[in-house]
Amino acid sequence: MSFGGRLSVVLGLFVVAAGLAVWAVVGFMLPTTPTVDFTAAQPSGAPVDLTVQTVGTIGFGAHPTWVSYLVKNPSGQWVHSTVWKVPAHTRINLTIEQYDSGSPLRNQQWGLVAGTTGGVATLNGKPIALYDSNSGNGVGHTFSIPTLGISVPLVGIADDAKNPCSQAPCTTDFDHNVIKVSFVTPGPGEYPWQCYVPCGLGFLYGNGGPMSTLGYMGGFLDVTA
Amino acid sequence: MTIDNAESEGQGVAAEAVIAQPGKEPRHIWRMVAIWLVLSAVLDPLFYILVGPHVPPGTMTSAAKDNQFDFNILLVAALPVFLAVWVYLAYSAVVWRASRKGAPEPVGGAQARTHLGVQVGWIVTTTVIVLGLFAFGTVEVITKAGSGGGEGPNPIWTPTSATILPVQVIAQQWKFTYRYPTFGGFESQQLIVPNNTTIAFHVTSLDVIHGFWAYELSIKADANPQQDNVAYATTRQTGSVTVRCEELCGLWHGAMFNYGKVVSKAAFMAWAKSTEAGTAANTKLLPPFAYTYVPDANGSDGGYYPDNVDPYSNSEVYGAKPAAS
Repeated sequence: MSFGGRLSVVLGLFVVAAGLAVWAVVGFMLPTTPTVDFTAAQPSGAPVDLTVQTVGTIGFGAHPTWVSYLVKNPSGQWVHSTVWKVPAHTRINLTIEQYDSGSPLRNQQWGLVAGTTGGVATLNGKPIALYDSNSGNGVGHTFSIPTLGISVPLVGIADDAKNPCSQAPCTTDFDHNVIKVSFVTPGPGEYPWQCYVPCGLGFLYGNGGPMSTLGYMGGFLDVTA
Repeated sequence: MTIDNAESEGQGVAAEAVIAQPGKEPRHIWRMVAIWLVLSAVLDPLFYILVGPHVPPGTMTSAAKDNQFDFNILLVAALPVFLAVWVYLAYSAVVWRASRKGAPEPVGGAQARTHLGVQVGWIVTTTVIVLGLFAFGTVEVITKAGSGGGEGPNPIWTPTSATILPVQVIAQQWKFTYRYPTFGGFESQQLIVPNNTTIAFHVTSLDVIHGFWAYELSIKADANPQQDNVAYATTRQTGSVTVRCEELCGLWHGAMFNYGKVVSKAAFMAWAKSTEAGTAANTKLLPPFAYTYVPDANGSDGGYYPDNVDPYSNSEVYGAKPAAS
């Protein structure tokens, strides 16, 4: 092979290797879950209504048996996303439809409602500031933004619920609880949120799988100016 | 360079200059030593006086102040070493640059041969520095009672203060919470401690290994499940404290941080009593205070322990119903 030919082969292989490296790095850094934007549809300063649901098994995608959050986009469609863009210094009215069952908490501290407006939530219309996870149906998940001190227990449905949902997105025809809270967003920034219940069934410590994969039981509140 | 070498290699003017006037060759080593001595004598005190007070982790606690002193001593010891390297490099670049008339050959010759004085000097100097730092570090850890590090469940060094405030640090994926056993055992997301007080941090974990690093307090203690790792600090200033996890513990490790405060004793008492009263309902649901906790394997939904391990050990059960008998 001529010198030019050999040079072409080497350069070609280099370009392929560099492309693969860039693809791998970009793929690792970019979020694998889409961002749902709640800033465009709202008049400036107006409260944002955010509706999400938690399901015991999402029923589709790469991990159909995993527990997950979903969010309703401004058009009213359920989206499998945990990255939500919201405006800064704005009241967020969060409605959580909880379709999963519960259990006692590893740390009952997360039975406290914290960081919300008034320090309360409503559970099926009734105000609560504390839920005893050792009683009733227990707590299925929490919605928690650690850096903002926000944590809300999501009370589970009964283990023997007659009409449980097993395929997301769930409709309100299935057994569920509705938890509502409000909070005010801080200044711009990316605020990670997570669940404090180790609900990654089958994974060591319960914090693997959906608990450690963006798009399932954790994500970001992308607060923009 | 020897005469033979110079002649055999046919080096002209440069070699002749060195050979012809051997008595006039400056004593380079002493020049470098002089420059190094002057720079060290000037820069070391300047560093200690001007930069030293700003060296982390500050002086918020006695442990922090001790550690700041240690860091300053290490930096003051390191600065002359740093200067020695750079003085040698700079001197060589200027005096023995290739373009300089009369510069010796860069490689080989007599100058490159073994020099007993240099060898002995190098070994003695580095040995003294390393052993000196070893002795200094050991003495500092012993005389400063652990210097803010986690000492395990049976601390070797305990403070002499008559009153010590215990604060339990509970790590879990991915958050620290704090329990105050002398105030009814309430648990809080906030770390608030009083000023001018000796505090015993009892650090443990409910799941994997974490690390409790209260930067300004100069406290660093591993949080291991079923282990009570004790670290002490005596607060000396009010202000904000940054707490970070310093053991890679999973997806949200980078977000596992919070901010605490050192406040006046009066402000602390007001906060503690208010929080104790405000969280009394939840405190009743918490397990009795214990130095370690074993989470419930069945109730936590996470399969924390293998099925062949009884989650209800003799340790306190944290956040779970007692096992049915």
